[in-house]
Amino acid sequence: MSVAKSQDQWVVVGTISDIPKLGARVVRLEAGDIAVFRTADDKIFALRDQCPHKGGPLSQGIVHGDRVACPLHDWKISLNSGIAVAPDEGCAARFPIRLEGETIYLSLQSSDVAA
Amino acid sequence: MAKERLVVIGNGMAGIRTVEELLKLTTDAYDITVIGEEPYGNYNRIMLSPVLAGEKTIDQIMLNDEQWYIDNNVRLMKGQRAIEIDRVKRCVVTQDGSVTAYDRLLIATGSSPFIIPVSGNDLEGVVSFRDIKDVDAMLKAAADRQHAVVIGGGLLGLEAANGLIQQGMSVTVVHITDSLMERQLDEPAAAMLRKSLEGRGLNFLMGAQTEAIIGKNRVERVRFKDGTEIYADLVVMAVGIRPNIELAKLAKIHCGRGIVVNDTMQTFDPVIYAVGECVEHRGLTYGLVAPLFEMAKVCANHLAKYGIGRYEGSMTSTKLKVTGIDLFSAGDFSGNDNTDELVFQDASRGVYRKLVVQDNRIKGAVMYGDTIDGTWYFDLMRDETDISDFRNNILFGQAHLGDSGHGNDNRVASMSASAEICGCNGVCKGDIVKAITEKKLFTLDDVRAHTKASSSCGSCTGLVEALLAHTVGGEYSAAPSKKPICQCTDHSHDDIRSAIKEQGLKSIRAIMDSLGWKSSDGCSKCRPALNYYLICQWPAEGLDDYQSRFINERAHANIQKDGTYSVIPRMWGGGTSPRELRAIAEVAEKYQIKTVHVTGGQRIALYGLKKEELPKIWGELNQAGLVSGHAYGKALRTVKTCVGREWCRFGTQDSTHLGIELEKMSWGSWTPHKFKMAASGCPRNCAEATIKDFGVVCVDSGYELHVGGNGGIKVRATDYLCTVKTEAEVLEYTAAYMQIYREEAHYLERTAPWIERVGLTYVKEKIVEDEANRKSLAARFIESQKYMQDDPWEERAKGGDKHEFEPMKTITPHKETVEV
Ligand code: SRM
Ligand SMILES: Cc1cc2nc3c(=O)[nH]c(=O)nc-3n(C[C@H](O)[C@H](O)[C@H](O)COP(=O)(O)OP(=O)(O)OC[C@H]3O[C@@H](n4cnc5c(N)ncnc54)[C@H](O)[C@@H]3O)c2cc1C
Ligand code: SF4
Ligand code: FES
Repeated sequence: MSVAKSQDQWVVVGTISDIPKLGARVVRLEAGDIAVFRTADDKIFALRDQCPHKGGPLSQGIVHGDRVACPLHDWKISLNSGIAVAPDEGCAARFPIRLEGETIYLSLQSSDVAA
Repeated sequence: MAKERLVVIGNGMAGIRTVEELLKLTTDAYDITVIGEEPYGNYNRIMLSPVLAGEKTIDQIMLNDEQWYIDNNVRLMKGQRAIEIDRVKRCVVTQDGSVTAYDRLLIATGSSPFIIPVSGNDLEGVVSFRDIKDVDAMLKAAADRQHAVVIGGGLLGLEAANGLIQQGMSVTVVHITDSLMERQLDEPAAAMLRKSLEGRGLNFLMGAQTEAIIGKNRVERVRFKDGTEIYADLVVMAVGIRPNIELAKLAKIHCGRGIVVNDTMQTFDPVIYAVGECVEHRGLTYGLVAPLFEMAKVCANHLAKYGIGRYEGSMTSTKLKVTGIDLFSAGDFSGNDNTDELVFQDASRGVYRKLVVQDNRIKGAVMYGDTIDGTWYFDLMRDETDISDFRNNILFGQAHLGDSGHGNDNRVASMSASAEICGCNGVCKGDIVKAITEKKLFTLDDVRAHTKASSSCGSCTGLVEALLAHTVGGEYSAAPSKKPICQCTDHSHDDIRSAIKEQGLKSIRAIMDSLGWKSSDGCSKCRPALNYYLICQWPAEGLDDYQSRFINERAHANIQKDGTYSVIPRMWGGGTSPRELRAIAEVAEKYQIKTVHVTGGQRIALYGLKKEELPKIWGELNQAGLVSGHAYGKALRTVKTCVGREWCRFGTQDSTHLGIELEKMSWGSWTPHKFKMAASGCPRNCAEATIKDFGVVCVDSGYELHVGGNGGIKVRATDYLCTVKTEAEVLEYTAAYMQIYREEAHYLERTAPWIERVGLTYVKEKIVEDEANRKSLAARFIESQKYMQDDPWEERAKGGDKHEFEPMKTITPHKETVEV
């Protein structure tokens, strides 16, 4: 999807204080949940809430640095790229997300082809 | 900022391992140059033996090929010998006259083979066994010549001799004493070794002292002091090694037998470091790779300016890499007046084991024929474990310690490639061996990461370790003497616990700052551990860090493979009532719960629940008095009971009542791993109390207390602790036992492995024999329980932690899109 098109889709999903530091919340969609993560230094990231391994809900994992450890079998997924940390292989789809002041805007159009 | 220049002299195992460790910590601190005399990248020197024996090729033993240096921005000056270090100008001069400046220097020049000073030692055909060049020379000689003489019947000599015989030569090993490998083996083991090597066609000349090597241009014969001579087309000198310190000495760096370094691997010139076989640390030099890896870690840490980690010396063990011969040796195996020898010998099976024991601690071990338990003995020796509790059986190995289930007594060597090693992840022997050889894995963690074997339930860890040892050879004794809790730190569990206590650390951040964590906020392994240690140490202060708990403990339910949850309410002592059953039935119907299951812990589980419905369901269960069963926690789980004296014709005491009292006292407490109890009304033991963390077996005269059992992966029956007379005493002992386990075990270490580590004797001393200590432990437990016994379900049913259970936002199509 082109960036221009996805810009039409920005949705306010909440404020940063809705998510605990080093935590995650989900945005529920008919097409499947999107996990929104907040790191220790208040960066936010959005990934499809599905581990590339066996579909575990990444939103339920432990966030550390800019990674999340999947709750089912402890794969580590990079929040920035959605890619599983080597030697594991796989990728969770990313969604554009931005913070304006306190408000979180999410685009429902994944920025990854694999979405 | 300009990078500093790091120059490494020696492109061998220790030098490059240090560079690798350094690159893991930082890639932009240094411009790195490596000067290496050998004309290759870095290879696994210890694998030269299998190369000589034709079991491996040079390509298979390369650890870092030249592309690796390019990829990592490391400048490699290969085939160049460093001839001078100018400490004033801070530069290194190489043989071709070029000059390389450094800000910091690392010397890793290894050692050189000792060449005995006899005439003819420089003839063609006289070689040592140290590098690829030597192996090439031997292979060349083997191709068109007959007689090989190996001088030296130690580890290296025997591996060389074995290789040469595989290459078709006739081989004689000449040894100066009457016993092979006398620095590693006692006489019986050495005799068995000699016999089986003779069986493979090796000849031995024992007690023979070489006087001269004779020949015109090329070696022809070897002559001994007694005048005898033997034919030789090839002579391999394998009589020992000397640390390579000429360069350092020339630069006036303080040397003894090796280059003297302190615990941070610095030489007397603080900008110059040294690692590997060339160093002398606390008076010792090393000739095996395991210590080098530990040195490399510490050195890299200091080069990266983290400034933590000290090298405190290593304990090493030896194995011989001759296929088909299993031999293991560690520590002091000869003993003295104060030691005992435990010996097992079965000559016809070719099995020999000897342990040297002092004050119930293992001081040394020699094994021949069957070495599967070598790692276990080595661990017991290194940890100085008190073996009195299993001394009777210790020679039979770990698999015989009163457990069934799959222990690691399988012989990995004889297993077929398709044999399944890891049942959880379906990984076969072949997969693991392939990963180890192709990806050059050295450690258990590496194998876990690449193959997933042993990364789930862990029951196959012993087998995977055995496979590693078998595949990579002797160097896999590499387990560091102090195990760090995870890759974020070099500190062990015990270090961290004492730092929390002594420095009064009260948050995860404070621990990480004070102990110099390497990652910004830990990982999924260390954070839950630190969180537990904090709440255990400071129960009253409410330090629980929610985000450092595993999802089950955050959601107070168990996550399932499809992302739904299961919920198990507490049924005190395994009892329930019509009211509770009705509440469960109603909830199950109302929320269309698919599976209702009677658990192995005497209670009822509801499966497939949606997360957002949990607080409502809990609210309804609460109304019937049902509270959390903590089936999700590293916490007190269940207390199983039988009906006992109230109904049973054999019952001696009221085990049901006792079980309920135990559960009332201990529910809600967090423990290093899960903690289960049971109380049986008589020795028929229907509640299975003897495979629980804490079990009570009622007898006519009172209550037998049993500790350290579990079912699970590796069944362990409990050890008998003592017998007490009253219920009140049972409660006190239980509280004291739980508390000592809570305060001293490592996170995720269940009572069974904990007791095997510290010894039953220790626990008895602290709890049975020391009344004052028992009472104060019990008091600390009861005190900490004051802060733990709130039903977490009730709190959440009333609206606590709302964010955990509700989506941040629900979006239905076409409604919520905003224009920006
Ligand atoms: C629910 C239950 C099976 C059942 O439906 O009957 C169960 C389910 C699980 N057990 Fe269990 N165990 C259950 C009784 C047992 C028992 C029997 C008992 O308690 O008497 C044992 C053997 C006794 C023991 O623990 O010593 C048992 C030994 C294990 C082990 C091996 C423990 C060990 O030390 O080796 C694990 C793995 C672990 O904890 O690492 C485990 C792990 C698990 C986990 C938590 C696996 C996981 O990490 O997801 C399962 C959670 C499923 C879930 O979502 O609820 N479960 N598990 C039982 C709950 C009992 C309860 O009422 O709380
Ligand atoms: C055949 C064989 C089998 C072995 N088997 C085992 C085993 O089973 N288990 C075990 O634990 N250990 C084993 N070892 C020992 C192990 O290989 C060594 O302990 C280890 O390689 C030492 O590492 P190092 O970096 O200190 O030295 P090395 O690996 O020897 O590296 C030193 C490097 O420095 C270079 N160098 C020296 N001086 C200079 C200079 N002036 N300028 C430039 N370069 C220089 C050398 O050429 C060499 O490449 C074995 C060794 C051999 C030879
Ligand atoms: S409930 Fe226990 S035995 Fe059954 S699959 Fe899960 S962990 Fe294994
Ligand atoms: S589903 Fe995420 S690690 Fe397995």
